[in-house]
Formats: sequence, C-alpha cells, structure tokens
Amino acid sequence: MIALEKRPQPSAFWSYAAPLVAVILTMIFGAALFAALGKPPLEALSKIFWEPLFGEFSFFYLPQLLVKGAPLVAIALGLSLGFKAGIWNIGAEGQYIIGAICGAAVALAMYPSEARWLVFPAMLIAGAFGGFAWAMIPGILRVKFGTNEILVSLMLVYVAEQLLASMALGAMKNPEGMGFPGSRNMSQMDAATSWISQSNGMHWGVVIALIAVIFAYILFARHILGFQIKLAGQAPRAAAFSGVNPARLILFCLGTSGALAGIAGLTEVSGPAGIVSIDFNVGYGFTAIIVAFLGRLHPVGILLAGGLMALTYIGGDIAQSSLGLPGAAIQVFQGFLLFALLAVDVLTNYRVRLVQRGAA
Amino acid sequence: MFGSIDPLLLLASLMVAATPILLAAIGELVVERAGVLNLGVEGMMISGSVLGFVAAIATGNAWIGFLVAALGGAGMALVFGILTQFFLSNQVATGLALTLFGLGLASLLGQGYLGVKAPSFPDWHIPILGDIPVIGPIIFQHDPMVYVGLGIVGGVWWFLNKTRAGLVLRAVGENHEAAHALGYHVVRTRLLAIMFGGACAGLGGAYLSIVRVPTYADGLTAGAGWIALAIVVFASWKPGRLLLGAYLFGGVTVLQLNLQAAGVAIPVEYLSMSPYIATILVLVIMSAGGAPGSLGKTFHASR
Repeated sequence: MIALEKRPQPSAFWSYAAPLVAVILTMIFGAALFAALGKPPLEALSKIFWEPLFGEFSFFYLPQLLVKGAPLVAIALGLSLGFKAGIWNIGAEGQYIIGAICGAAVALAMYPSEARWLVFPAMLIAGAFGGFAWAMIPGILRVKFGTNEILVSLMLVYVAEQLLASMALGAMKNPEGMGFPGSRNMSQMDAATSWISQSNGMHWGVVIALIAVIFAYILFARHILGFQIKLAGQAPRAAAFSGVNPARLILFCLGTSGALAGIAGLTEVSGPAGIVSIDFNVGYGFTAIIVAFLGRLHPVGILLAGGLMALTYIGGDIAQSSLGLPGAAIQVFQGFLLFALLAVDVLTNYRVRLVQRGAA
Repeated sequence: MFGSIDPLLLLASLMVAATPILLAAIGELVVERAGVLNLGVEGMMISGSVLGFVAAIATGNAWIGFLVAALGGAGMALVFGILTQFFLSNQVATGLALTLFGLGLASLLGQGYLGVKAPSFPDWHIPILGDIPVIGPIIFQHDPMVYVGLGIVGGVWWFLNKTRAGLVLRAVGENHEAAHALGYHVVRTRLLAIMFGGACAGLGGAYLSIVRVPTYADGLTAGAGWIALAIVVFASWKPGRLLLGAYLFGGVTVLQLNLQAAGVAIPVEYLSMSPYIATILVLVIMSAGGAPGSLGKTFHASR
C-alpha cells in the first residue's frame, strides 16, 4: 500500500522539478486533447511551443510575448504576495478593469493636451490608484467585518465588467466614433500612449513589470515585511505572537496587488488595446492565478511562468489560425496545467513510501 | 413607472430565478459541512450547463440532460476530491483550478450549440393546489425541477439533522482529527460529500441552460456559482436559511430584470450590477461565525 509521509522540510529538488513535471504532463494531456479534437497532436504542440520562438515568423511573435507576458507577470506578482500570506485576492480581473478605466478617464479628460510629461504620469497614478481602491473594498471589509475576501473580490469583477460596459457605451464613447461603442484610441495619442516601441513590443507595462520583479525579489529576500508575509502564511499564530499586525498585512497585500493589476490594465488600454471597449478584458486576471502558482510564488519563477503562459496564448492563436484548433482548447490546457502542478506538488511536501497493510 | 410590473408574475418568476443557485448552494453546503471548501462551483455549474444541454438536445429529453449534468458535475468534483484528499493539495487553489478548467471545457464543448434552443420542459400544473388563486400561480405552477430543488433542500436538512450518517459528516467537518480517532472514514465521507456537491452544481447549471434561459451561451452562469458560495455563508451553513437566501437573491435578480424591461431611468449596466452588490452587502452583514471547524483544512492521518 502506498502511504505519504510528511517531509520535515519541503524538498528543494521537487520544488524546482514539480513545475517542469507539470508542464510535461500538461503537454501529454494537451496532445491527447488535440487528438480527440481531430487535430494532429504533435504538430499542434509544435505550433504552440516552437513556432512563436523559433519559427519563420518569430520576429513577429517575439514582441507579442512581451505584450502578453507583461500584464500576467505584473498581476501574478501582486497576487503572490497575498497567496503567500493566505490572503486570496482572486478579483484581479476587476482591479485590472478599474485601473484601465481610471487611467483612460485621465487621458480622455486631458485630450487633446500634448504635454506627455504631465498626461502619462497622471494616468499611471490614476490607474494604480483605481486598482488599489478597488482592491481596498474587499480589504477593508475583511479587516472591519471579517468578510470573506475571496467572494467579495470576485463579485467586484462582475461589477467592474458592468462598469466597463457602461463606460464604453456611454461616458467614454468616442464623440467622433460615428456611434460605434468604444473610446478614442489612446495608443495613437502621443501624450497618452504606453508604447515605447510598438514594433519591439515594448511598452511601459513591460518596464514596470520587470521593475516589480526586482522589487518583489528584494522584498522577500531582504525586507522584514517579506519575512512577515511568509510567516503569516506558514505559521499564523507565531506571526501574531511576534507582533505582525494582520490587518496591516491584509491591506498591504491586497492594496499592492490591486495597484499592480491597475497599472497592468492602464498600460494595456493605452497601448496594445488602445480603446476602452466592452471586451477589453480577456481574463489576464484569472490566468495570472495560474502564473503565480506555476512560478511557485517566487518573483523569478513568476517571470518564467508568465513567459510560458504568454507563449500558450500566442501559440494558441497560431494553432487556431493554421490548424483550426478552437481557442477554448487553450483555456482547457491552461486549466489542466494548474491541476497537474497541484497534483505533482504533493512530492514537494510529502515522501511516498510503500508500506505493508496493517503494519502501521 | 412601476406600473408595468405585475407583482404576481414577479413572485412567480422568483422561484424559477432562485432554483439554479439553490441547487448549487445546497450541494456546496453539504461539502462545507464535511469540512471541505470547493471553490470550483462555478466551473462545475457551467460544465453541467453545457453537458446537460448537449445531452438534452441529443436525446430530446430534458430529464436525461439533467441526469448527465449531475453525473458530469460529480465527475469534475471527483477530480477535485482526488487532488485535495489524496494528493493533499490546497483546497482554495484546487477549487480555482476547477473553475478555470470548467470554464474552458464548457466553451470548448458548447461551440456547436450556441443559439440552439433546448427541448421543451413543460410546467407542472399541480391539481387542486395550482388552482388556488394568487398562491397557485406563485408556488404550484412551476416546472418539476423547482420542486426537485426544494426536495433536495428538505432531504439535506433531514440527512444532516436526523440521521447517523449526517452526524458523522458533521463530525468530520467540525474536527477531522477527532472523527478519525473515533474510527470514521474522513476521506471517504468527504469524497462522497464532494461528489454530491458536484452533482448538485451540475443540476443547477443544467437548469440554467435547459429551463431558465433556455439555450447555451458562453459565460452563461455569470457568477451564479460564486453567488451560491456566498449564500452558503449567508445561511450560516443551515439548509433552512439557505432557502431564504436563495429566494432573496432570486428576488433581487427578478426585480432588476423587470426594472430593465420596464425601462426605468437607471442605466441597464447599473441594474445588472445589483445582484453582485447585494451579495457583497449580504456577506458584510452575515459575516458572523458558524463555519465548520475544519473548513478548508487539509487532513492527513500522520502516523
């Protein structure tokens, strides 16, 4: 009979190997799924994982990797703070939307000002603040009333989506748009665009995501706050005795992740997306949850995981156009990846032993 | 401006609007009473909605649709159960994975069925009771699934409070170490509860696609699974109060839909927000305790 034995220390080997094994398992599952859909499995896998990086048109796809990866990394970094401490913000999608709306509001209010030194920084502040404020709602409710932050932050995603629809169809609709829904195109405004170099996929969201990786790394490696976050997650009672203020920690984790999601939303809406439209959000806030876990809640891991997940988005698009692979198949693929990771992760904390039945 | 809303019709449609959430919530209530937090309700619900719909279209029989949805929901829940009970994975993360996976699976399976109409599922007109003025049309003239939902709630109440197996389930949820020490099978009890929860979520989803809408669309559940989770908290894990919570929520939904139809001066988007905001308010007011003691904790019988 197989039994699990708790390891005194999590296995260092498996904490690195588990994500790799999970990715391999997911590829096997993906091949089976694609075959079941009547698509050539190996060709589909190579379209997803090989074509964007080394294929004939990789010069076109590589910049896309930055564009898709940046919001995932930025949001996942924020989420990882809370996840480490047992604070579950799963409404990043909503904070992303509100950040975009607030930033866009500043850009559209200042239009047609050409003072980039004023407009873009003001948008950044507004976007970060929007996401922060939206995340503070579950934060303050949790601290004041003990309300479950998982459910509140998630409910606020649906509220944010309705707000987005209202903005795209009403207050922010382009007055010169001939009645079509959607705002003015901010990516074409010199003062408001987040693009640094569109042909290279560089925008301010990429820069900020990379800076955030460095800051998060320092926070966990060197700063007392990073230590307190880890402590609160692993030993809540010990944290309380050592003087960690749980309310402050909850507000810090939720607020930071909200602000990061807000900035991701803002840099997306003023660059790659360009306009505030009904279908602006594509689920980065939810995919980032997978990125955070796949990256083992570690800043460098998240950077790599964000790149991998961005690859599946781009490769999925390629497989969709060349093989007719349904877009939803990629979503299933991504969901399975998290399952596989969680299953393999048992080896990090437990040792598998063969024992004789009844010997215990 | 409220003249075009018929209060009788409003109350009658309230029971129909509340049923999908009631079904999903009563299943999750049992799961949580067994000490397991399954955040995958939304994923199991939407998978149930598409599986049930496809089966109902294929056979032309709505009942087979419901059966397939329940089995599909239970099957997905089993994946969650195996991961959390045998692989000892984090319940919050696994539940989220189930939801993300389910949303993808549903939109993959549902592709060919967008805009197709579900087979008819006629209302019951219960003799004698259905003929009572006012009360008849409000309570006794609905489709059979409304009463199936009520029956499940009653059955769960009876099971939890009046049977030995229900007592064991509650013991496992309150303190799994103690239940284990007394010789009860913690993992087996939890697996069964998890599968029951999945079956109920599947039924709730199928009710949306077969009866309530009645067609399949991407993102059909629109957070209904999450609202079901909130209603379990609102109910303090008690079946009777769950009924109240689900009808309260059904009322808000129906009212805002009616206000939209009546063309009230409030923009549609703000009316559509109201069920979610109402849920948040309810959570704030009802955040008092009452949660099972071992809720969300991983059980491992260490030797």
